[in-house]
Amino acid sequence: MNTFLQLVVNGLGKGAVFALLALGFVIIFKATEVINFAHGSLVLFGGYLVVVTKESLGWAGAAICGVLAAGLLGLAVERLLLSRARLADANSLALLTIGIDVIITEEIVRRLGVSLPFIGEAWDARPLQLGGITLFRTHLVALAVAAILITGFYLAFRFSNWGIAMRAQAENREAAALMGIRSSRVTATAWLVAGMLAGVAVLFIATQDFSGAGLSRGTHSIALAAFPAAILGGLDSTAGAVVGGLVVGLVEALSAQYVSFDFAKSAVFLVMLVVLVIRPSGLFGTRESTRV
Amino acid sequence: MSEPRRLSLRPVRPVLWLALLVVLLALPLYLEAAWLKAGQYMMVGAVGAIGLTMLIGQAGQLSLAHAFFLLAGGTSYTVLSGPTGDQRVLGLGLDPGLALLGAVAISTLLGLAFAPVAGRLRGIYLGVASLSLVFLGLYFGQAAESLTGGTSTGRPPATFELFGFPFSNAGPEIELLGVPLRQAERVWYLFLALTVIAFVLARGAIRGRTGRAWRAVRDNEAAASVMGVGVARAKAGAFAVSSAYAGLAGVMTVLWFDILKPDESEFGTYGINTSIAFLAMVIIGGLGSVSGALVGALLVNGLPQVLSLYAADLGWFTGTGDGAFTPALISSFVYGAAIVLVVLFEPGGLAAIGRRITGLLRTTHPGKDR
Repeated sequence: MNTFLQLVVNGLGKGAVFALLALGFVIIFKATEVINFAHGSLVLFGGYLVVVTKESLGWAGAAICGVLAAGLLGLAVERLLLSRARLADANSLALLTIGIDVIITEEIVRRLGVSLPFIGEAWDARPLQLGGITLFRTHLVALAVAAILITGFYLAFRFSNWGIAMRAQAENREAAALMGIRSSRVTATAWLVAGMLAGVAVLFIATQDFSGAGLSRGTHSIALAAFPAAILGGLDSTAGAVVGGLVVGLVEALSAQYVSFDFAKSAVFLVMLVVLVIRPSGLFGTRESTRV
Repeated sequence: MSEPRRLSLRPVRPVLWLALLVVLLALPLYLEAAWLKAGQYMMVGAVGAIGLTMLIGQAGQLSLAHAFFLLAGGTSYTVLSGPTGDQRVLGLGLDPGLALLGAVAISTLLGLAFAPVAGRLRGIYLGVASLSLVFLGLYFGQAAESLTGGTSTGRPPATFELFGFPFSNAGPEIELLGVPLRQAERVWYLFLALTVIAFVLARGAIRGRTGRAWRAVRDNEAAASVMGVGVARAKAGAFAVSSAYAGLAGVMTVLWFDILKPDESEFGTYGINTSIAFLAMVIIGGLGSVSGALVGALLVNGLPQVLSLYAADLGWFTGTGDGAFTPALISSFVYGAAIVLVVLFEPGGLAAIGRRITGLLRTTHPGKDR
């Protein structure tokens, strides 16, 4: 029983990080209907900046720098590339982000070379014991940070002008534009926010407690697991992103223990596949309907 | 209609294709083995890319599962043709030619098995769903060691033979115009034959009824079904055909590397990278264009090969370890940038650029092979 509880705790801790990443996908998708395949590279970019600036700024300064950098890179991608391709449809833009992802990821992996730095030193590898359960600080902090950020995002989405504009745009792009909502501004902030969430997530991913490995190509592939999280929750549902993230975290932790470590990565995608077969738009996604 | 007169290449088109074929047939007489090897790898890419361009461009179904079918085809060939009685791995000892057909058939069936899932999903959802196959393939490669040989050692495939004629250095010595046909030359001709067959069949499918059904489904499913196209059938068909092509490309991959070695992580010969590389070929070539896919394969699979050959000659990219610019890295940059540029400036890809240059746009029926 203790093992199971331990796994659930670990799964939720990881799930919180996946939720942050999945929320990034969902925000961008809601604002623009584009799936951002470059999300993993935003994660790597944020992490890389933390590594580079850690010496001079200290951990906290570097962390802030990394989060901002990931956000700004997201913003730059949107402003410099996506917003210029007005004629391309959302699917082509998704393909474009694949191209961006290849370039950024390869360059950062090249720069990292064989060094695989850990970056969560503020909380890494100092577990707390509670009853028979080991609580990793990384997971605890991740849960707390995710809870705060997601609640904050939800409140902003619900009540702020930005949130209202965003929801209007998600509902109907043309109508929102006609009502005087500046769609470019909404889109740009969506990318900025999503990038910053990716920057926060990497602070937890490249740690001993989370992945057991430092910043590397593996970090990018962990970020890929947020894909199933976003998709199985429903790409246009913020609540779905949170649920999806937690499901992915739990599935990974449980299958690694009860099936095999190798299977865990596939298990996440398999669960997503099953969900998609039953509900093609994810658990909370809006169904597309065709009228004949 | 006062349409401007344009130089039409239409009548000379078959002649151009024929000339290209003659050149390709003659190349082994002039090129060294290393260059032939590079060319073979481009043909591996070409076969896979032709399959994918039909699925994505013609039938409008995004798939990132191509690497999985590559693994499926490669494994099937190796198992079917593998020697019987090996303690460690399973082999059925079939004739390699038969094993190749069997591998294509198995890949097709796997594609068909995924078709019901694919039929329910659209666009990006399908793309990410198909990505799960790559992860299943990764696990399969690690877990089914008796089939794949495992990630640490892999297993060698049987040398390809056709009616007893081996595509290796063994067997009868043949000379053509004074050039001995050894392994590199023989495999070149084998791959060329496979690529030409794949190309001709794909063009046929696209120009015929099948292709029309695919495009109808791509453009509007509801309208297509009203016009009497079996939507589910057309989608499943496209998936099966594309899987068959990927399976064949998988067999060629295994023969090219001369080893079947499943990946240790999702970034390997049969990993996400490879799926994305095939997607890149298809996008760069122009979605749906078969000849575009050939050029895309030339760029994406050819560049790292050609760069490393030049590197040996010129002393470029010879650095290793930290921060080295390897040929593979450079070509990743190039095709990443090519994807971005194509989407931004020419969504029709190189095929559209080619059409513009030759002015063929006006002489073919609009939308015929996109």
